[in-house]
Amino acid sequence: MKLKGRAWKYGDNVDTDVIIPARYLNTSDPKELSEHVLEDLDPDFRERMKKGDIIVAGENFGCGSSREHAPLAIKASGVSCVIAKSFARIFYRNAINIGLPILESREAVEFVKDGDILEIELEKGVIRNLSRGEEYRFASFPDFVMNILRAGGLVEYTRRRLRGEDI
Amino acid sequence: MGLTAAEKIIAEKSGKEVVHPGDIVQAKVDLVLINDVTAPLAIMKFRELGINRVWDERRIAIVLDHFTPNKDIKSAEQCKFAREFAREMNILHFFEGGSVGIEHCLLPEKGLVAPGDLVIGADSHTCTYGALGAFATGVGSTDAGMAMATGDIWLRVPETMKFIYTGNLQPWVTGKDLILHTIGDIGVNGALYRVMEFSGETIAQLSMAERMTMCNMAIEAGAKTGMMDVDEKTMEYVKKRVKKEFRVYRSDEDANYVDSREYNVEKIEPLVAFPHLPENVVPVSRAAKMNIAVDQVFIGSCTNGRIEDLRMAAEILEGRKVAERLRLIIIPCSPGVYRDALKEGLIEIFLDAGAVIGPPTCGPCLGGHMGVLAKGERAVSTTNRNFVGRMGYPESEVYLANPYVAAASAVMGRIASPEEVMR
Repeated sequence: MKLKGRAWKYGDNVDTDVIIPARYLNTSDPKELSEHVLEDLDPDFRERMKKGDIIVAGENFGCGSSREHAPLAIKASGVSCVIAKSFARIFYRNAINIGLPILESREAVEFVKDGDILEIELEKGVIRNLSRGEEYRFASFPDFVMNILRAGGLVEYTRRRLRGEDI
Repeated sequence: MGLTAAEKIIAEKSGKEVVHPGDIVQAKVDLVLINDVTAPLAIMKFRELGINRVWDERRIAIVLDHFTPNKDIKSAEQCKFAREFAREMNILHFFEGGSVGIEHCLLPEKGLVAPGDLVIGADSHTCTYGALGAFATGVGSTDAGMAMATGDIWLRVPETMKFIYTGNLQPWVTGKDLILHTIGDIGVNGALYRVMEFSGETIAQLSMAERMTMCNMAIEAGAKTGMMDVDEKTMEYVKKRVKKEFRVYRSDEDANYVDSREYNVEKIEPLVAFPHLPENVVPVSRAAKMNIAVDQVFIGSCTNGRIEDLRMAAEILEGRKVAERLRLIIIPCSPGVYRDALKEGLIEIFLDAGAVIGPPTCGPCLGGHMGVLAKGERAVSTTNRNFVGRMGYPESEVYLANPYVAAASAVMGRIASPEEVMR
């Protein structure tokens, strides 16, 4: 699977309150949530971003609340992937569970500049920086997590488990 | 090589002799918690499975605590959706209206969490129950929704970090200050994916409320959970409340810790976490000299809304008045705490001081309702997060502190040390 888009670069500890502020948590509708994605961090992001774009951030992305509304808002906005040095653990689970690709790559975060065009091949573990002619690697997922991703998320994975199917 | 309490619980719940950090296991859960913000998504995901009953209607807790009493039409709809599900599935532990309290105060109080339990909750502060010797961790709605169907969850066995606290607490220093000090030391991602095990002679001196405050904020260092040893105080607390049988797990002396740190608490004074991260801690003596004017003080939340916290606030507020043009909002965390506060005369002290008393709810902590901040406003709050926009307008500020410091600041109208008020 190939992903391609413009990089939007942010710092460390991008928390769930700035990804989707609690004042919008009175709904569970992904589309409605996506209208406010990153609003308190970068008010222009939602308007300027295009489908396929990629968020690139530092340490501990998604720290704070357990709100699944955060990865949902990102995914529904059309962001194809988040690359960070590290992810907060609940955000990591939530993203995997709903099928939002998240990649850990210190290398990419170090070298990618805001506005660069990136192309990612998920299966090959490669991030290509088309603006700079560079290539970076990202950490592969544990087998167990790959199984959830292959099933298309935790709901389908669980459905198969409940049916007693091999996964 | 011995095992930590966390490893023992996960091994037991996943039917294994031993587990090691990094293993991924499918573990049985004792309780699944969802609230009014996370329940609707969890229920929708559960419905997608196409099954018509939950795994165990006695082991799911639905607590409508975040935006209740319903703050707007959309919140009302979310609550209605959760309520209808609870009725349809005969969920035993459903709390709303006069029975609701803040989930992480309410569940231990009601005896729904026991030592040795494995609890997951679609709320990041589920780690609070580590104070009772349970392994409890926050997850998202999909995880919770699936566990409501299967009674289990996948977990990566976390590494454990040990924190040892020695010495006697200085005046006005509480469990809140110990955890803020620790987060200030290791940073907001200092315990990422790990268990924080809090131990040492000082922990033994802390009340159960203060222990819960500390475990509650383990997530603010990125941890999977915080845990404490089960001692006489824990047993006294749970025996009064827990009806079921339970087993206590303790860390072995030769257990494997990825890191170990020791703090002499006699050097720690009350702390204030400055915007916009809980790791930005400043000693109150220094913060008090900076003349930081405050518009609102909030005392409450799953971090510091228990009766012990309200007593601390009352000690400062008794016979005093809130500063002019400052709003003091106090929210007892549960109906039980509210009742105790009334009986002990604390509510009267608060009203006399000029405080607003709110019904048990998470409310202002996450900028929901009952005390949202305007642009440029500043709050001192006994809560757990001071992120950008956490309590309201993106350009508002939250300073985290213990109830003594919060109450003293309410009296002085600026960030203040309890000593300035009590001398």
